Amino acid sequence: MKYNKKDLTHPISGDRWNHIWSGFIGDKLAVLALLIFLFYCAISLLAPLLAPFDIDDPAFMDLMNSEIAPSWISHDYRFLLGTDAQGRDLLSVILYGTRLSLTIGICAVLIQATLGICIGLIAGYLGGRIDNFLMRCADIQLSFSNMMVAIVFLAIFQSLFGIAMYQQLAMVILILVIGLTEWPLFARTVRASVLAEKQQEYVDAARVMGISSKRIMFRHILPNTLSPILVIFTVQIANAIVAEAALSFLGLGMPSTEPSLGSLIAEGMAYMFAGSWWICVIPSVTLIILILAMNLLGDWLRDHLNPKVYKD
Amino acid sequence: MNLLSVTNLHVNFHTKAQELAALIDVSFTLNRGERIAIVGESGAGKSVLGFSIVNLIGKPGYIHSGSIRLENDELTKMNLRQLQEVRGKRIAMIFQDPMMTLNPVITIGAQLVETIRSHTKISYKDARNIAIEKLNHVQIASPERRFDQYPHELSGGMRQRVIIAAVLLLNPDIIIADEPTTALDVTIQAEILQLLLAICRDNGVALVLISHDLGVVSKVAERTLVMYAGRIVEEGPTLEIINDPQHPYTQGLLNALPQMTLPGQRLNQIQGSMPSLIERPSGCAFHPRCPYAKEKCKKEQPSFIHSGVSSVACFLVEDMINEFANQDQEVSK
Amino acid sequence: MTIPLIQINGLEKTFTTHEGWLGQWHFHQGKLTRRKDSVHALNGINLTINKGETLCIVGETGCGKSTLARTIMGLTSPDSGEIRYLDQRIDHLNNQQRMPFRRRMQMVFQNPYASLNPRMTVYQTLSEPISFHNPKLSQSQIDEKVEVLLESVGISASSSDHYPHEFSGGQRQRISLARALSVDPDFIVADEPLSALDVSVQAQVLNLMMDKQEERNLSYLFITHDLAVVEHFATRVAVMYLGRICELAPRSALFNHPKHPYTRALLSAIPRLDSNTTQAIRLIGEVPTPIEKPIGCVFQARCPYANQRCYDQSPEMITQSDESSVACHAIEEGRL
Repeated sequence: MKYNKKDLTHPISGDRWNHIWSGFIGDKLAVLALLIFLFYCAISLLAPLLAPFDIDDPAFMDLMNSEIAPSWISHDYRFLLGTDAQGRDLLSVILYGTRLSLTIGICAVLIQATLGICIGLIAGYLGGRIDNFLMRCADIQLSFSNMMVAIVFLAIFQSLFGIAMYQQLAMVILILVIGLTEWPLFARTVRASVLAEKQQEYVDAARVMGISSKRIMFRHILPNTLSPILVIFTVQIANAIVAEAALSFLGLGMPSTEPSLGSLIAEGMAYMFAGSWWICVIPSVTLIILILAMNLLGDWLRDHLNPKVYKD
Repeated sequence: MNLLSVTNLHVNFHTKAQELAALIDVSFTLNRGERIAIVGESGAGKSVLGFSIVNLIGKPGYIHSGSIRLENDELTKMNLRQLQEVRGKRIAMIFQDPMMTLNPVITIGAQLVETIRSHTKISYKDARNIAIEKLNHVQIASPERRFDQYPHELSGGMRQRVIIAAVLLLNPDIIIADEPTTALDVTIQAEILQLLLAICRDNGVALVLISHDLGVVSKVAERTLVMYAGRIVEEGPTLEIINDPQHPYTQGLLNALPQMTLPGQRLNQIQGSMPSLIERPSGCAFHPRCPYAKEKCKKEQPSFIHSGVSSVACFLVEDMINEFANQDQEVSK
Repeated sequence: MTIPLIQINGLEKTFTTHEGWLGQWHFHQGKLTRRKDSVHALNGINLTINKGETLCIVGETGCGKSTLARTIMGLTSPDSGEIRYLDQRIDHLNNQQRMPFRRRMQMVFQNPYASLNPRMTVYQTLSEPISFHNPKLSQSQIDEKVEVLLESVGISASSSDHYPHEFSGGQRQRISLARALSVDPDFIVADEPLSALDVSVQAQVLNLMMDKQEERNLSYLFITHDLAVVEHFATRVAVMYLGRICELAPRSALFNHPKHPYTRALLSAIPRLDSNTTQAIRLIGEVPTPIEKPIGCVFQARCPYANQRCYDQSPEMITQSDESSVACHAIEEGRL
């Protein structure tokens, strides 16, 4: 086997990550997206400190205060962004909602990633029948619409265990449902890069040393497939948050006692044309900005880390 | 008059951080029908030079200054259309990987015919006949059958022959061959080299052979340029360079060949490796690896001086020549 | 008689070309049949490697020399035949059973840019096999061993925290060699370790390999297509063509008196510096792909001396007077 010497030598070799980082700093849009994402993370972490009202306090819900417009319209400075139909301070609810949405998004993607990476590594590294079997499973999983699986599962759960039980476990169940339905995306990407990495001689070198398959997969190959994983990770968080919002909007997600951004939007819809537009619009804008930032970040990473990665 | 003359050519790579010089002050000439070789290790800039001649150097590289004249035409000042005319008809290129030139989804026959018909107005049938004749010329067995095959159906050696046939179609004045046989096996390499040599001799085509293999060069080229870190360090007749290298780098390169030492003995190695563009040493770029390096070599770039039939850029040789000249003077006194 | 270090008997390996199970079905004359196209990479290789010697395997692309290396190292399993290490069979062992032999046999790869894990520092690359095969060593002992190893291949120990991309090709190939040496093997398979390197750097690596051989009494199986390196480095040379060995000879015998027609063509084709060498012997055609298992001599299609017997019958290795052995009917019959 011979290969091109020119492929191997690059006139400007340097630290790849330094190079990427300096490129990142130069791209204002990417920096803005990252700042927005960090800002969201910060406000979700600090929600209990930042929120002007404690949402667990029974006095928090006061129908007397329902449907107050945002402060710049109503000049009621107790509620900066106004209140919803149940008289809750919209700012506090949105802060907690963002916290919930992000938690569900990140946890769900962590499940997806763990499952997908393990399956992808095993399929790609071992190959043969195992690979065929796992990838057909992924195909079957992908051929069902994720939303459909989620709806069916959530509906069955609600009717089996009752709404009360569901409301208690809503968050865990949402994380599991969203996490378990989208692993094939990770699995396929990881498998593709594993197949490419497996051809590299350092894998053979490790095998010649007698190092176990498990160690080769996780210690040698996995670190070299991280960049596409990182790209999908960012984009998938956005997708998971949207999925959660959509399910909540359809009434299958978070209950209104523990509202996520999706359920806030769903609730607000009813008042949209009754004049209280803010109950719907403000959470929507919050959600849109978050999703936009995540997608911009993902796009930038894809372009700069691995131009060939699978685009969802 | 020289067919091709390159004078004081500087090629730079433009990067965000800095300007990197890939070629520095490169000058050489090529006569009609002459075969020259450009030798150097990877990173020496020999391919950059090959590409620069036809102004094919891609971003971030660009020709910073200097001139490349093809007879009376200045190539550095040409627009794209004129350049394309030159590239096809007067200067042809052969690459290490034939697939860089061949389109994988078109039969080789169709590619050859298209090349002919884009430059001369003749019927398909005539073009086909010419193409088959040329395939025959490059010793491809049963050219009629090969005519309808796709590049992937041919072996590496066969593809390189097709490329040579395609080059011949346009009767160029110069062929630039960039490592044309590096990817091939020895037996095939020998055949391709013979073919290339025969074609240049028979048609009076000038050849610029870019190679890292001194053995290959000695078989084909009449004159050799040795490059190191973007500069030409030695230039002269191939036999002279091989039998009596002047520059310490050329000497090192030749002495490092396994056949230069008795079997089983340690080889004469050059310490270190070619510097990258970023960390080019000051003065003579070879000084960190040179066994004869002096203080002067670290500071100043030696200029080209004639030494016998060769030209060398080295202070060691320069000093030696000066010494001889002094001795001569003393003797004559 | 001493036991050879490595002994290979009748090694065969076939690769199937169709990747998928579905692709193997063909509809032919009204019948659905399953057909596997296969490439016969190794067709009965017999070799011995003695202690302390360098056996070079020479051949062109596709002759199966890399497959041979990978089979010996257990990276692919042979279809039939046996491989013995000091008279113990090792070709059918599983990973666990092979472990003691892994320490004794190591490999250096062709591409210095791919054979080191880009995400592992030099220290990690070298310390992993050391700690893996010597679980009793303490951290400081491992550190010391890595340091000694690095210095012994001419890489300064202070650069052990650097990543592979910070080194040049030659340096990486030294690190590769250091990794192979880290488990103190006595046999190293080197698969074209010089072909990606520049001439001046090739000399450095080759010198290093010779030094290590002297120091540690290593045996090498050195795979290359560069005959100049072979002439310099080999104790014995095996010339391979289409999965068979056609000539096996001590170095001087091979280079002074090549016997097999293929060896002769190969030697005449080296572009040598002295210009008065004889004209290269032209071979007809190119190396065919061994889809069908060859009947008769593997070289018959390109051999200028081929007769009917060469098409029908596979030649046996016959030992000649100068310790070389050749598989060729023409030589056996005295036609050549």
